[in-house]
Amino acid sequence: MSEAQISDYRKLEESITLGHIQNEDRLSSELLTLNIGPHHPATHGVLRLIVTLEGEIVRDIKPVIGYVHTGIEKTAEQKAYWKVIPVVERMDYLSYYFNAQAFCGAVETLAGIEVPKRAQYLRVIHLELNRIMSHLVWLGTSALDLGAMSMFWYCFRERDAILDLFEMSSGQRMHTRYFQVGGVFEDIPTGFEQRLRKFIATMPERADQYADLLEKNEIVLQRLRGICPLDEQTLLDLGVTGPLLRAAGNPWDLRKVEPYSSYEDFDFKIPVGTVGDNYDRYRVRHAEIYESVKIIEQALDGLPEGPTITEDRKFALPPRHELATSMEALIHHFKLVTEGFRVPEGECYYPIESPRGELGCFIRSDGSSKPARVHMRDPSFSNLQATAPMCRDSYIADLIATLAMLDPVLGGIDR
Amino acid sequence: MAVSREPLAGADEFRSSQLRARDMLRGDLEGDDLEKYVEERIITTTLDKAVSWARGNALFPATFGLACCAMEMMSIVAGRVDVARFGFEAFRASPRQADLLILSGRVSIKMAPVVRRIYDQMLEPKWAIAMGACCSSQGVFNNYAIVPADKFMPVDVHVPGCPPRPEALMHGILQLRDMIQGDPTMGWRNRYGAVGTEEVLPGNLGADSVNVFGSTDRA
Amino acid sequence: MPDATGLELIAGELRDLVDGAVINTTFDRGRAEIEVAPEASRPALGFLKQSGFSFLASLHGLDYYPDEPRLGVIWELLDMSGPDRISLKTRVSVEQPSVATCVDLWAGANNPEREVYDMFGVVFEGHPDLRRILMPEDYEGHPQRRDFPVGGEEIIFTYNEEQMPGWTK
Repeated sequence: MSEAQISDYRKLEESITLGHIQNEDRLSSELLTLNIGPHHPATHGVLRLIVTLEGEIVRDIKPVIGYVHTGIEKTAEQKAYWKVIPVVERMDYLSYYFNAQAFCGAVETLAGIEVPKRAQYLRVIHLELNRIMSHLVWLGTSALDLGAMSMFWYCFRERDAILDLFEMSSGQRMHTRYFQVGGVFEDIPTGFEQRLRKFIATMPERADQYADLLEKNEIVLQRLRGICPLDEQTLLDLGVTGPLLRAAGNPWDLRKVEPYSSYEDFDFKIPVGTVGDNYDRYRVRHAEIYESVKIIEQALDGLPEGPTITEDRKFALPPRHELATSMEALIHHFKLVTEGFRVPEGECYYPIESPRGELGCFIRSDGSSKPARVHMRDPSFSNLQATAPMCRDSYIADLIATLAMLDPVLGGIDR
Repeated sequence: MAVSREPLAGADEFRSSQLRARDMLRGDLEGDDLEKYVEERIITTTLDKAVSWARGNALFPATFGLACCAMEMMSIVAGRVDVARFGFEAFRASPRQADLLILSGRVSIKMAPVVRRIYDQMLEPKWAIAMGACCSSQGVFNNYAIVPADKFMPVDVHVPGCPPRPEALMHGILQLRDMIQGDPTMGWRNRYGAVGTEEVLPGNLGADSVNVFGSTDRA
Repeated sequence: MPDATGLELIAGELRDLVDGAVINTTFDRGRAEIEVAPEASRPALGFLKQSGFSFLASLHGLDYYPDEPRLGVIWELLDMSGPDRISLKTRVSVEQPSVATCVDLWAGANNPEREVYDMFGVVFEGHPDLRRILMPEDYEGHPQRRDFPVGGEEIIFTYNEEQMPGWTK
């Protein structure tokens, strides 16, 4: 870059938007630019924040991202559709089932595949378990940031129980590749239901224990109550969805307004906050754990019999026993494994409600066996833009607490 | 790496080494010759063994979670696979206080100089574990954005998996501990030229290196 | 989604707004999309925002290689009272990749527009801070264009992967 280009670039990089300064006359000597990250104990993942401080008060924040950019969307263009699923799962690495659901849902819409009812219910069970797991990790690490260290161990104890369930159904703890285009990979094994019922029997009581640990604690309340509120209209302008928007009072949840994958069959409530400060964000996510437990229980009780993946052999592998008897099954199997299925041309955007907000998958298909463009609209990417309006004119400690309550996952932001 | 075999430079050298061996056995080698002779042949003393036992049992990992593997790294701190029973639960945030860098997650090209800088800021002796497939090789992602850690820093143990189970990571850390306690010279690092990492400061940069932040107001 | 007739009504109003704005409308598999000319994208977005589609759900780009014009930008708009979704698309060429920004309509378009600039090279006129967001600052090239090589290490037996049948259409 030439000298002129570098200086233009520097001007853009260093431009700050200050809200309000206390000591106007001593401005040039008062403002301190502090670099937080990308390696820092409190930023969730490799997030770099360039913070402009006046004393201890934050006047502007510029997040710098891209430190875990993996080029997943470009890699996905080189792989057949079902090979894209494990690649795309690794984007928002705490909600891997949601990434897979968004992608599979988009492909199913484009290809016109119908997902059987049993597969939809199994998907809902795993999605809600993943939501609980993501909220548990958020709770454990946020409490760690606030200083309440023992929460980390309790939350991860529950998280290990959930990962045991995932291991039972799919063989892997994380990034399980369980959702396939057209349904799920295979049926749940025997013993899964008992174990899951035992888990959901104990989970609400454990969540009560977490509330008891944190909510009556004076330090936690002072660090969260009334800190960094942001009103609903600013959040909507910024494109923020999920628990942040619900904490500000807007009950927008895609599971209720645009139900997908049989969510309309279940009866659950949407926790909504009033003020939109950190305490409301914490309460909304904590209450969502109870609602997810309710959904899982209803899904287990109502689990219908039937196939777990679509019967359309052009998209789903035939069961192994058919390969010995049916010629078409053999040909379908061969075609699917070598080339993969072809999806008719078109574009599709499929939004779902992930633990952080609206996760949408945009796919453009050009009729071949590989997607021509896969783009994930990640909720954290838009939510991160809310850090600056939220944290202006608050202390650094509040910035750390707000970042914890924002729940950004850098894998989704950087993709 | 070329392996070269050189023939002995004639009968004279052979004869002189024979005479030296005879002198040593007789106790006639003295001073520097004797010390050099002993150093070349005895790998470790009891003191070295004790120091490496202590170092291996008191690793301070640096908190360096990059991506999904960081979740499993947090799991080893949690209660089921408890890293505290080995003494490694003190994750230090500052690289100056840590001696083990567990690279957990994918290293993108924007992050690679940062990782290298943090590795340089750690004090000797230091070790690095590449956890997961993404930092050992490129893992699932073979593209423009990811770089395997071996390309810019020496890695002692690679733990495979995507992400590796907490038990697998624990196994990797224990293997590293055995390596530390068994062979303190870490001779392989000498072979690969990885000794003596220095922190790169703006003053050290050569004239031909390109530095984006090269404007004078950053000196 | 607005049904097919609703989509045509909106397209008609857009045509009235700016001459020659609407190039195409698509209503396919539940997705309503209007393709507009690049100059008309900003007025169209303003009009759609006023007529109820007040939430910008997603802003992304794509590369239609080898069809010209290559670079496409898509705005996914959401009407929360419906709920209703509509997409607006515009296509620009690599030689003149300039589209008006919508940061003044939605503050949340800041990061997505930077990402489209970084990955495809589409320049958003009027954006306050158009720099690379995901790649390093001094990176050359726009990675997600389809003629940009994927890169990475060469893997055994994949040297002629792209000539195998079924790799592309």
